[in-house]
Amino acid sequence: MAAVFRAEGLGKTYPGVRANDDVSFAVQPGEIHALLGENGAGKSTLVKMIYGLVRPDNGRMFLEDAPHAPHDPRAARVAGVAMVFQHFSLFDALTVAENIALGMENPPPRRELAARITQVSHDFGLPLNPARRIVTLSAGERQRVEIIRCLLQEPRLLIMDEPTSVLTPQEAELLFATLRRLAGQGTSILYISHKLDEIRAHCDRATILRHGRVVDSCDPRAHSARELAAMMVGGEMRLIDRSGRQAGEVLLQVRDLSLPAPTAEGTALKSVNLTLRAGEILGIGGVAGNGQDELLAALSGELRSVPGSITLEGRDLSTEPPEPRRTAGLLSAPEDRLGHAAVPDFSLTENTLLTAGARKGLVRGGLIDHRAARRYAEDVIAGFDVRTPGPGTPARALSGGNLQKFVIGREVMQSPRVLVVNQPTWGVDAGAAAAVRQSLLDLARQGAGVIVISQDLDELLELSDRFCALNEGRLSEPVPTEGLTLDRIGLMLGGAHGMEEVRP
Amino acid sequence: MMIDPLSVFLLLVAAATPILFAALGELVVERAGVLNLGVEGMMITGALAGFAAAYASGNPFLGFLVAALGGAAISLLFAALTQVFLANQVASGLALTLFGLGLAAMFGKPFEGVKAPPMPAGPLGINWIVWLGLVMVPLVWWFLNRSRAGLILRGVGENHEAAHALGYNVRLTRLAAIAFGGAMAGLGGAFISIATVLQWTEGMTAGAGWIALAIVVFSKWTAAGVLAGAWLFGGVTVLQLRLQAAGVAVPVQLLSMAPYLATIIVLVLISARQKFSRRAGGAAPGSLGTNFHALR
Repeated sequence: MAAVFRAEGLGKTYPGVRANDDVSFAVQPGEIHALLGENGAGKSTLVKMIYGLVRPDNGRMFLEDAPHAPHDPRAARVAGVAMVFQHFSLFDALTVAENIALGMENPPPRRELAARITQVSHDFGLPLNPARRIVTLSAGERQRVEIIRCLLQEPRLLIMDEPTSVLTPQEAELLFATLRRLAGQGTSILYISHKLDEIRAHCDRATILRHGRVVDSCDPRAHSARELAAMMVGGEMRLIDRSGRQAGEVLLQVRDLSLPAPTAEGTALKSVNLTLRAGEILGIGGVAGNGQDELLAALSGELRSVPGSITLEGRDLSTEPPEPRRTAGLLSAPEDRLGHAAVPDFSLTENTLLTAGARKGLVRGGLIDHRAARRYAEDVIAGFDVRTPGPGTPARALSGGNLQKFVIGREVMQSPRVLVVNQPTWGVDAGAAAAVRQSLLDLARQGAGVIVISQDLDELLELSDRFCALNEGRLSEPVPTEGLTLDRIGLMLGGAHGMEEVRP
Repeated sequence: MMIDPLSVFLLLVAAATPILFAALGELVVERAGVLNLGVEGMMITGALAGFAAAYASGNPFLGFLVAALGGAAISLLFAALTQVFLANQVASGLALTLFGLGLAAMFGKPFEGVKAPPMPAGPLGINWIVWLGLVMVPLVWWFLNRSRAGLILRGVGENHEAAHALGYNVRLTRLAAIAFGGAMAGLGGAFISIATVLQWTEGMTAGAGWIALAIVVFSKWTAAGVLAGAWLFGGVTVLQLRLQAAGVAVPVQLLSMAPYLATIIVLVLISARQKFSRRAGGAAPGSLGTNFHALR
């Protein structure tokens, strides 16, 4: 049978970067085809070319043997290509039906469209109310909107760009059931992810990209995650080394920490208790929006709490702002790299000053020691393999993964007593993620306590000694990570998405 | 003091018309995600262009047509600055107001002291342009909420990145919206010069553009809200005139303060737009006032 989609020798050059070079591959009918590669390997550029957002410099594409050269996404949709974006392409203030209409070429009249949305979404077990506004939906429901938007066009090729990064395991399972069913009906799916286990479990074929070129093509089910990762990065993956750590004395004690929601969309913290020992990594899981940002803010000092609720090595820090907490050794790295962890238009040197000023002696008597700041920024760049022209580069110019390494490195290299990180490897490729995780483990081995807040459960299982779940601002009792299964954790996290009740 | 409710209402509707036009235009512009603070400049341009054309041709309707074209033409200056050269929208809008006021003052000199041609009364003795303004309210509502083009325009204003990713032309949509806003502001301005005052005076729009901007925020970005806001302001104007006629003195200084007060209120409300709960709906468009630059 003829391939649904074929690429022959695709190439695209951006100023200074060869994003894609001589890329050829084919997607068969009814196949779930994985596109694997590190950040910057050229996956995004490739799918953007297929979807008409970017035009290739050379090479050809075919959709069911007809030449495929869309000049914009609408032409691609007409040709039968649909795409679910990594960062949702939804309009918050508009309704589900309006969002779906915007993604279709010839939407039927309003009432008919609403009826079709209700029907198709129920058929696929992804119920949606067409009159709801997007702002009121959870991440999983938002993705449903994107998927239904694609399905209504009955595409021949469905592109999914890292669709599970925001979903709970149960939601992800539901998604895969949907994809299976679609594939069974003959729709081909091009699936982008760097979650290797996911690809091994659900994809029929994988094309692996490295530095913009196709380096391999294989049946992912026949390879281990390690082998796939090695193909992606072009060498053996470093194994995470968890050894050499011992739980020591109590460093951080949080007692009955309650805070009202800081914003209308925020989550209130409800009587959070936790104990963190030296050399220990505590993992906190949960679906975004269940109090993660608020917990980090309460620990970093952006939000103050009642006296006695947060103590570091016996010292009450509850009412202290961030700077004294840093001086005392309680450091943090928030999730939002650009704008929260780093000032986009500041150079890396200036950004190091913002959190490392006091601890590294970069500010003396109210004056900035620029040379020392620059040196420390250079140390972080070297120590964490941050790829950038130099410490004078503005933070905004770094790729997500590189900036993340910088932000984590800036805190880790200050030798904190306790480090709190939120989503430390979000959107970071496998190689960089491994480096970030190893640095956290090394930090713990040196006797610091680390709290990792993350939605990536594999990461939490890999790093943490104990695991607890944050759900609607409540923190569960920690359980030892040893022997925990993904299913069990998924149930600990549930609830917020109207899934099954949490079973004890 | 005798006040006939119907005649007061008709006066109110007429007094509200310039602001109604300008605010409906600005509503469409802001729903497309563009903040054009140059409404006053576009209104005064329309007021002069329309008056000049009506005076020269003797046909007031031709005057209104030229006013709309004039308003649209000067708005394209703002469009070029903000959509092509990605200049800051607030600064560009303020510049457009200053530029429009200055330009009209300069070219308006020959038209000082002459009278506009008379306008034939429309149905029920109400001015044709007042009718047009009233008809524009449901039209704009229908366009924004029921038409495909309006949906795309709202999409562009709500999330320009997403609209671009779906293949809609953000820049073109915004250019069209800005030109429409300019034409509507021009009509509003011409209503003052051709149908109300019947002559040209420098600075005759007297802050109406700023009030229109405030009304768009007040309306929570809906056409019906704009009508309510315009009538409310029209009511205040008529009331204040009646009060003056009845001998209640309102210091002129207070009145001349109004445009600046309105500006401050607009800016405060816009900066506080996050406080308008988005969950409640009807809040400011998500991309309002931010420039879009597609990375290709």
